[in-house]
Amino acid sequence: MKKMDKTFKSNCITYGMVIAAYIIVQIMVGTGNISSLMKGLLVPVCVYIVMAVSLNLVVGISGELSLGHAGFMCVGAFSSAFFSKCVQEALPNSGFRFFLAIVLGAAVAAVFGLLIGIPVLRLKGDYLAIVTLAFGEIIKNVINVFYIGKDSTGFHFSMKDQFSMGMEPTGTVILNGPQGITGTPKDASFTVGVILILITLFVVLNLINSRDGRAIKSIRDNRIAAESVGINITKYKLMAFTVSAALAGAAGALYAHNLATLQGKKFDYNMSIMALVFVVLGGIGNIRGSVIAAVVLTLLPELLRGLSDYRMLIYAIVLIVMMLFNWAPKALEWRERYLSRFFRKQEKEGK
Amino acid sequence: MKKFGKAVSILACAAMTASLVAAPVAAEGTFKIGGIGPMTGGAAVYGQAVMNAAQLAVDEINAAGGVNGAELEFNAQDDEHDAEKSVNAYNTLKDWGMQMLLGTVTSAPCIAVEAEAMNDNMFLLTPSGSAVECISGDNAFRVCFSDPNQGTASAQYIGENKLATKVAAIYDSSDVYSSGIFATFQAEAANQGLEIVAAEAFTADSKTDFSVQLQKAKDAGAELVFLPIYYTEASLILQQAAGMDFAPIFFGCDGLDGLLAVEGFDTSLAEGVMLLTPFAADAEDELTQTFVANYKEQFGDTPNQFAADAYDGIYAIKAALEKAGATPDMDASEICDLMKVAMTEITMDGLTGSGITWSADGEPTKAPKAVVITDGAYKAM
Repeated sequence: MKKMDKTFKSNCITYGMVIAAYIIVQIMVGTGNISSLMKGLLVPVCVYIVMAVSLNLVVGISGELSLGHAGFMCVGAFSSAFFSKCVQEALPNSGFRFFLAIVLGAAVAAVFGLLIGIPVLRLKGDYLAIVTLAFGEIIKNVINVFYIGKDSTGFHFSMKDQFSMGMEPTGTVILNGPQGITGTPKDASFTVGVILILITLFVVLNLINSRDGRAIKSIRDNRIAAESVGINITKYKLMAFTVSAALAGAAGALYAHNLATLQGKKFDYNMSIMALVFVVLGGIGNIRGSVIAAVVLTLLPELLRGLSDYRMLIYAIVLIVMMLFNWAPKALEWRERYLSRFFRKQEKEGK
Repeated sequence: MKKFGKAVSILACAAMTASLVAAPVAAEGTFKIGGIGPMTGGAAVYGQAVMNAAQLAVDEINAAGGVNGAELEFNAQDDEHDAEKSVNAYNTLKDWGMQMLLGTVTSAPCIAVEAEAMNDNMFLLTPSGSAVECISGDNAFRVCFSDPNQGTASAQYIGENKLATKVAAIYDSSDVYSSGIFATFQAEAANQGLEIVAAEAFTADSKTDFSVQLQKAKDAGAELVFLPIYYTEASLILQQAAGMDFAPIFFGCDGLDGLLAVEGFDTSLAEGVMLLTPFAADAEDELTQTFVANYKEQFGDTPNQFAADAYDGIYAIKAALEKAGATPDMDASEICDLMKVAMTEITMDGLTGSGITWSADGEPTKAPKAVVITDGAYKAM
């Protein structure tokens, strides 16, 4: 009972943190005290938080190193942007249209997660990491060869170039191969982003603390023991992987509706690695840490703009220092020894 | 340990909150022009050229007394050739108090930034964003030719000068610039009696080995190979073509400018390559020669076509500001309203053409020029 309370309290802090940040930002926007840069970064920050939290479900809770998370984001982004472009005229209500687009993006990504998960999750450790990396790249490259257009006679499709679709001259190209989709309606807003974060947190935290979540964690901690008590390994691994893919798809939908251009090449392994960096820096399995790390690491390169050309170099150095400071054994020891006394009082209260 | 992490995050939060606060927009006696382009990453060479040349033009104008008695101020921001970063750069510039934007340099980021600029009614002049959608709003203009324009002009040039009838094309299907040019080239080629015997695509992920594409072009009996691509890939294509004894005419667009400056490239391979470009660094006219000399002196490099576009862009802004009688105390939206009209009224003699005019849709009107590489230098044709 006491343990339950502790989890509940910890979850409340996480939700409270997001809601508090939302209220503070809304007040700042309302009073005009926020810079344009920050205003522009609000939605991307939400996207990366959802990405980090959803990846943490696979990496931290289910214990599988996935390097293809950007692939699911890509699927969600393209399917939702495609949907929005198609029904833009039929559905002028942007709120409802965006809701459908996010649901669709998440659903399509979940299907892909399931399909990819079935073969991939039979592997373990390094092998799994490499195969997910390959699948992420495959998704990106497959989207790069699709050309889809629409005219009065319906949809046209080609895998060669935009001329082979045989469209009427008045038709519009919706998905233009590697150039992606341009002119997606800008439906994303900070409010929607925060709602999406809260839903993501709710889904992930509840899953972790449920019976299924304990089963997933038991597979992570000892596969043989879990199997011996009759836990269906494939089912639970697949559950975590699919939920994670669906949430990444929703993040992709948010991303696609924030920018006027959407290109497949954005979702390469760099994006997957970035999400993994958020997870690792925030603490593997630590959901609140993922949220904080995603915020810090998304804002950092923009706040370093003043350093012009040295910006990315400093960013890399800061990243290394932060990783060392957070996770190197010697740094942990040093922190225990010198800094714990400052927090001793709080710690007592906490316990 | 966890508590410590909390303390760090609180500190970080505090630091970020401090930076959240908007800087006051100061409107002193200067026009603030923002610049966005890739200054790091794969496309850095274009962004740097644009920013250098724009700074050069701004310094010249200020030394000569400014615009309407006010000085120009230029602030360049990096976008790493990424649409998302480009919008961040745009917002950074807005916080700085930007009144006009020279940018962005590359097409895909430009489309994203233009969507924002259109919302804010911010004047946008892209030196080199050549995709059609780059200037979709009435606030946006460009200095370079659009992709469709270049494709059509290339096909017409080849057809009218009877350079070849059997044409092969090698293009980058993952690049807006390259496939945009190829799209209209293909359409116009039919009108010019050109037969496209091979149309071979590559993507950004496979741009080191072109032997398959070249072999197909060779087997199809192509007399001319059209290369609507950037010079880095073109230098490899030329090397590999020479390796397989395939010597058609190579014809490119402005992206091939810079070919002779590729490190370790045997420039004799580029002999006879033709390109349609509005700017050649060794042109005889005085304007070009002063520009090239000044640029070399300041940056130690021969300027390419991107630099020329940016230089013209700053002078076009100057001309339009003078025409409109804008003053530095106006806000971005007021200036934009004036500039929209003024841009269509000015006629400019610049590095990339003489008598350049703009129409209300933002497209420039100027004559395309073709140059051929002879004895390791660009010669006008």
